Amino acid sequence: MTSPYLRPGLPAPLPSDLDRPYWEGLRDERLLIQRCKRCARFQWGPEWICHRCLNVDLGWTEVEPRGFIYSHQRVWHPVHPALREQGPYVIVLVTIAHADEVRVVGNLLGDPLQDLVIGAEVQGVFEHHADADPAYTLLQWRYAR
Amino acid sequence: MTPRSLRGRAAIVGIGETDYYKRGQAPHAEFKLALEAIVNACADAGIHPRDIDGFASYSNDRSDPSRIAAALGCKELRFANMQWGGGGGGGSAAIGNAAAAIMSGMAECVVVFRALAQGQHGRYGQGTAVPDVDGHAAHTVPYGLLSPAHMFVMKYRRFMHEHGVRQEALRAIAMASYAHAQENPRAVMHGRPLDEKTYDDSRWIVEPWHLYDCCLENDGAAAMVLVAGERARDFPHPACYLLAAVAGSQYRAGAPVHNTPDYATASFKTLAPRLYAMARMGPADIDVLQSYENFTGGVLMSIVEHGFCSAAEVNDFFVLDNLLAPDGQLPLNTSGGNLAECYMHGLGLNLEAVRQIRRTSTAQVPRAEVSMVISGPMVTPVSSCIFGSEATL
Repeated sequence: MTSPYLRPGLPAPLPSDLDRPYWEGLRDERLLIQRCKRCARFQWGPEWICHRCLNVDLGWTEVEPRGFIYSHQRVWHPVHPALREQGPYVIVLVTIAHADEVRVVGNLLGDPLQDLVIGAEVQGVFEHHADADPAYTLLQWRYAR
Repeated sequence: MTPRSLRGRAAIVGIGETDYYKRGQAPHAEFKLALEAIVNACADAGIHPRDIDGFASYSNDRSDPSRIAAALGCKELRFANMQWGGGGGGGSAAIGNAAAAIMSGMAECVVVFRALAQGQHGRYGQGTAVPDVDGHAAHTVPYGLLSPAHMFVMKYRRFMHEHGVRQEALRAIAMASYAHAQENPRAVMHGRPLDEKTYDDSRWIVEPWHLYDCCLENDGAAAMVLVAGERARDFPHPACYLLAAVAGSQYRAGAPVHNTPDYATASFKTLAPRLYAMARMGPADIDVLQSYENFTGGVLMSIVEHGFCSAAEVNDFFVLDNLLAPDGQLPLNTSGGNLAECYMHGLGLNLEAVRQIRRTSTAQVPRAEVSMVISGPMVTPVSSCIFGSEATL
C-alpha cells in the first residue's frame, strides 16, 4: 500500500447519519453518490431531501470513479500544523462522469509541481487510512492514462 | 403604488472606528473596541449613544447588542439584528437591514458595527486543530482544503480559465489598494508601498494568489449611525443617503462541497440588477467603488458582475491607472481597503464610501456624488449597496 498523499495529522472524516453510506462505500473501494429514488437524479453533497423533486426517500448508487478536473489549486502556504513540512500540494475539484455533473474534492496524486489541466480526465484512487481509529478511506485522483 | 424601495429612506450620519492594529496588537478587548468605534461614530454624528435604539451586524459578531446597549446606557433597545453568513458578505446587508428597520418604523437610530480581534479569538487564515470533522467539512478538510483562500481560489481559477485572465489584472487590484493606503495615515500599510516586482516576487499562498492577493488579519472595530432620510440634514456632516442595498446569492449558491451550478462567480449576478433598479442607476453612474478584497480574484469577478466591464475585457480594464483616485476610470478601494488599510471584515469599506460622499477621503475622487460598496465576494449571502449625496435624491 502506498503512503497517503498528505502528511498525517489533518482532521479525519467522521461519518454522519447523512453520509455514512458514502464513507462505508469508500472503505470497500466503491464510490456511492446520493441519488433520488423518485426522479433518479444524483445530488452532491448529500442532503436530507432531493432539491429537484423534494422527495425525502434518497438512496445511494455506485458510480465509476472517473471524472474530469473542473478546477484546481496548488497550495503553498501551510495553514495547519500537520502540513508544516508538507511543501506544495494539489487539490482538485472533479466532475464525476455519468452522475449529473456532481463534483467532489480530492488531491491529485503525483508530482505536486506537475501541470494542472482543467478538463483533463482523472481516475479515482482509494487511499486507505487503515491505522486510523476509526479507519477511513479517502478518494484521491490521478490523471487517466 | 410606489415600488417598495430603500432609496433615500435612510442616511448615514455618523462614522467611527478605532485605531487599526495588526493581528494580536490591539491593546483592548474586542468588546471594548466595539464600544470605542460606536462612541466615535456617535460623536461624529453629534449624538449621545443613549439615543441609539438599534444594532445590526454580521458574520456572527461576538459583541452582543444587549450588552452594548447596557454599557452605553441606551434608553431603549428596539432592534437587534444579525445578518446570516460568514466572511464579509453581510457588510452592506447589515446597512440595508438597519435602513429597513428605520423605514418600517421598527427603530429610529441604528448602529451598524463590526468588531474583530483575530489576535484574541483565532485567525480566519488558519485551519483549526481538531481530531476529526463531520458534515460537509468531512468532504474537504481531510484533503487539505482548510482556509478561506482554499475555499474560494477554485472559483477564481475556473473563472481565470474560462476568460483568459492574466496575473497582471490581480496585481493591479493589489497595487491600487496599496497606492491608496499610502495617502491614508490610518492604514496599517501606510508607508509600505507595493511595486510590481515586490508583488511578482512574493510567495504563493495558493496558486494563482500571491501573498499580496490576500487580505490582512487585523484587530479593531468600525461603526456607522443611520437615521431616517428626512432627518439627515439635522446632523453636522453633509448627508450621505442610502440609495440601495441588496443581499443574497444565486440559485443553490450554498450547494455543499463546491456543487453550486454556476460555480465561477462572486455570487453577485442576481444581486446587481436589483441593486441598480433600486438606486435607479447603472454602472456608469458610479463615481467610486469600494470592493471587498478577501482575495483580489473576488474583486475582479465582483466588478465584472456589477457591469463595470465584461469578462472578456478584464485584462484591459484592470490596469493600475484605471483604478486610482482621483482620475481613474473606476477609482477602487480608496482607503487601502482590506489589503492595505485594515481587514475590518469590510465595514471599513463602507465607512470609506461615506467619506467619498462627504469629500473627506484621503484619496478623494473630485465631485463624487455616488459611491458603491461590494461586500464579501464568493460567500453566500453576499451584499452590495450604493450611497449618494443629497443631489442624487
